[in-house]
Amino acid sequence: MVERIVTGAHYGLRDWLMQRVTAVVMALYALSMAGWLLLHPGLNYDAWIALFSGSVVRTFSLLFLLAVYCHAWAGVRDIVMDYFKSSGLRLVIYVAVILALLLYVIWSVQILWGF
Amino acid sequence: MNENRPKHLALSQIRLPLPALVSILHRISGGLLFLALPLLLWALQYSLRSIETYTQLAGVLHHPFSKLFMLIIGWAFLYHFCAGIRYLFIDLDYGVRLAQARASSKWVIFVSLALTVLIGVRLW
Repeated sequence: MVERIVTGAHYGLRDWLMQRVTAVVMALYALSMAGWLLLHPGLNYDAWIALFSGSVVRTFSLLFLLAVYCHAWAGVRDIVMDYFKSSGLRLVIYVAVILALLLYVIWSVQILWGF
Repeated sequence: MNENRPKHLALSQIRLPLPALVSILHRISGGLLFLALPLLLWALQYSLRSIETYTQLAGVLHHPFSKLFMLIIGWAFLYHFCAGIRYLFIDLDYGVRLAQARASSKWVIFVSLALTVLIGVRLW
């Protein structure tokens, strides 16, 4: 029987693929946002709020943020896996990171639809 | 496995090849961005919530410490972006040979630093 421990390695192919897919999503959003900022040099509140009031921008901003959180999970998991030897400590860090990222999801919705 | 095999882990004496430097900096910049997430979300919230919080945020961002923070996070983002694109190409089997990998490593470091300098100029 293969022993599978909760903080073990080798279960990462899906995460690996997700990391790449989310990277492409984030890159496209970042380039679009950079392009918009270059076209609006003297940024003010009215232009900023007008941009984020559109439901397309809200939706893609949330998609971007969700991509950030999924991507961050894979990256942080890789870092923790490499540098923290105790599986107990890894478990504690994983739980903390997952909870933080889930809270960020809720916070992101509140930010984008809360004005 | 031979437990007594020699190890060379004198970190200060190991000279990283350029692609390895790009790799470890990718980790460091990614870790920094993760740690900065709550502050970045807070800034996004203040920028959107109302004209008062927007003005308040603009005031906070004017402080030299904020500018330093934005410069560091700006570098981390730009670096992570450039190095990430390089890795996507490597995953697709482009630029895998050593000479190409070295050349693209140089480009990643150069382009991310040049864009960071532009942010610095814009901030100050």
